[in-house]
Amino acid sequence: MRSSLFFFLVATLVGALFFFGIRWVANDYLFFAGYTVLQFIVLATAWNILGGYCGYVNFGSAAFFAVGAYSSVALHKLAAGVDRYFPEALVGLAKIVLPLNIPTLIIFGGICSGLIGLGTGYLTLRLRGAFFAIATLALAVVLQTLIVNWDFVGGSRGAYIIRPQSVPIIGSYIQYLFLIMVVLSVLALTVARMIERSRLGYGFATIRDDELAAEACGVPTLRLKLIATTISGALMGMAGAPFPYYIGYLEPGSAFGLAYAVNSIAMPMIGGTTSWVGPLVGALLLGIIQQVATVTISSAVNLLIVGLLLVGFVIVAPKGIVGLVQDFMRARASDEGRPTWRSRLAIFANMRPGAR
Amino acid sequence: MQAELLINAIIAGLLLGGFYAAVTVGISISFGILDIVNIAHPAFIILGSYIAYICNQTFGVDPILTAIIALPAFYALGAAVYQVYYASFEKRGQDALRGLAFFFGLLFVTEVMLILVFGVDYRYVQAAYIEYTWHISFMDIPFRMLVPCVMGLLMVGLLQLFLSRTFTGRAIMAVSQDQLALQLMAADPIKVKRTAFAIAIATASIAGALLIVIQPVEPSVGREYIGRVFAICVLGGLQSLPGTVIAAMLLGVVESITATFYGPSWAPAVSFGFLLLTLAFRPAGLLGR
Repeated sequence: MRSSLFFFLVATLVGALFFFGIRWVANDYLFFAGYTVLQFIVLATAWNILGGYCGYVNFGSAAFFAVGAYSSVALHKLAAGVDRYFPEALVGLAKIVLPLNIPTLIIFGGICSGLIGLGTGYLTLRLRGAFFAIATLALAVVLQTLIVNWDFVGGSRGAYIIRPQSVPIIGSYIQYLFLIMVVLSVLALTVARMIERSRLGYGFATIRDDELAAEACGVPTLRLKLIATTISGALMGMAGAPFPYYIGYLEPGSAFGLAYAVNSIAMPMIGGTTSWVGPLVGALLLGIIQQVATVTISSAVNLLIVGLLLVGFVIVAPKGIVGLVQDFMRARASDEGRPTWRSRLAIFANMRPGAR
Repeated sequence: MQAELLINAIIAGLLLGGFYAAVTVGISISFGILDIVNIAHPAFIILGSYIAYICNQTFGVDPILTAIIALPAFYALGAAVYQVYYASFEKRGQDALRGLAFFFGLLFVTEVMLILVFGVDYRYVQAAYIEYTWHISFMDIPFRMLVPCVMGLLMVGLLQLFLSRTFTGRAIMAVSQDQLALQLMAADPIKVKRTAFAIAIATASIAGALLIVIQPVEPSVGREYIGRVFAICVLGGLQSLPGTVIAAMLLGVVESITATFYGPSWAPAVSFGFLLLTLAFRPAGLLGR
């Protein structure tokens, strides 16, 4: 617990340094690009809680992300038309509560996505792992169809969100959003690290290694899996909630974009799935490569890069970058443990005739 | 009027179902029989569509004929993919998580490559029978749907005969039941699985040609079929091809009725809703125990 607190403080410090560093450069584009990278850190970490720790593949990250985004849109629209949607007695109250601030929207988006994660998990996690993966693919399309047909949040036309020009204290709105994402990334990483070192994390690992054996040893596998899907889904929804304010115009095609699903799988897979470091490394690496490629080459090519890297890493380096580094360190360590003169002497002494 | 609309919707659904069976049969073999979760199958189908499109545009060849000519190429592609899959995942015993990611990456790479080469415009083919429609009193039977349906059912039928009558086919069914036992009979399960997987990918060639006969195709169309094919495959009870045909017909009819009475924008949700419900309540499929 104390180490988690320490980690949280250090991560917050790093995040703050990051924020003020970019602010010092004073280029708003860096905030725009940085927001996307941070968003991917949250998504990748969230994916890894279920995918890396439990070994259940979620192809529907985009769906959870979009649920968070659309819950914000719905609340925004509700606030815009308070007089129309509320009975007169409640209008006064609604006006005080409703133009919600982003942290509240994030919590709300997290709850919505978490519940959807719980529901999907409950329906499919009792079956083999592959079915869960397919069901999450299906979930993305069902939710997209629902949103396309739901006029209140704009349907297939999409919804405009006009964001305020500035916020008090911080100044420009994009800096505010960026700061929120920094906090969210720190939070996600802390949660992931805490899970990894807790009883819960060991439970998840038993499921990943051998679910049947875990079940036989009395590990409540279904309950643990449901906890994992809920936490993972909630974090993805939280990453999505500020998105409409970032992008300004949200339509189902962009919110449910395949890029989110691919990236949130590719990043942990490339970074390494067994610890919280992997998704962070993968998200930073791929996120920055993509930002650079989008600016310099084209956005279709950057997706191709992600796809090829995913396939390549999965085949060649199944443990990801973190695994490669660990193997390298281990090789160095065993290099240090190579026989010295003294040990050779000892072996020699033992091997001499008549020693036994 | 309502009754006529309903009957026409059911006919369209049955025709669509025959085509869905052709699309799904590859998954029934790879996922149902071999237990390889090949979610990249729809991408191979789209690849088949584009090959049919190129040959149709440049040489004016009939799309289905092109598909039959392209069968050996798809067979070789399937064998190659299986070899990579086997060497990287199955042999190391870590096929679940990483195998899925591998196929997901494959799906994605194929789609993006097609987008880079052909763009996101809808492509279509020309053939004599596509415009023709058969009218029987109030019923419309467009040949655009009838030809794929018949071809699809023919292909599934031939595959069923192959799996139940020939030696190789029976070996494929055997490998799904007990790989170790097959090994003890001095047969090479890897070779059998490679053949089966290659056949599964080869069906994508035909299914792709049928797809582009039915509707114009663009690279991301394949994604809509992921849910459909797995819904049909699970509903059909995974291994059984007759089950697949029944499930495909059922899904086709339900989708067609939904599109007719509630608007086509709801149609994608039907198959996925089907899949979720099947997984939740009847994971063994319609014909399962």
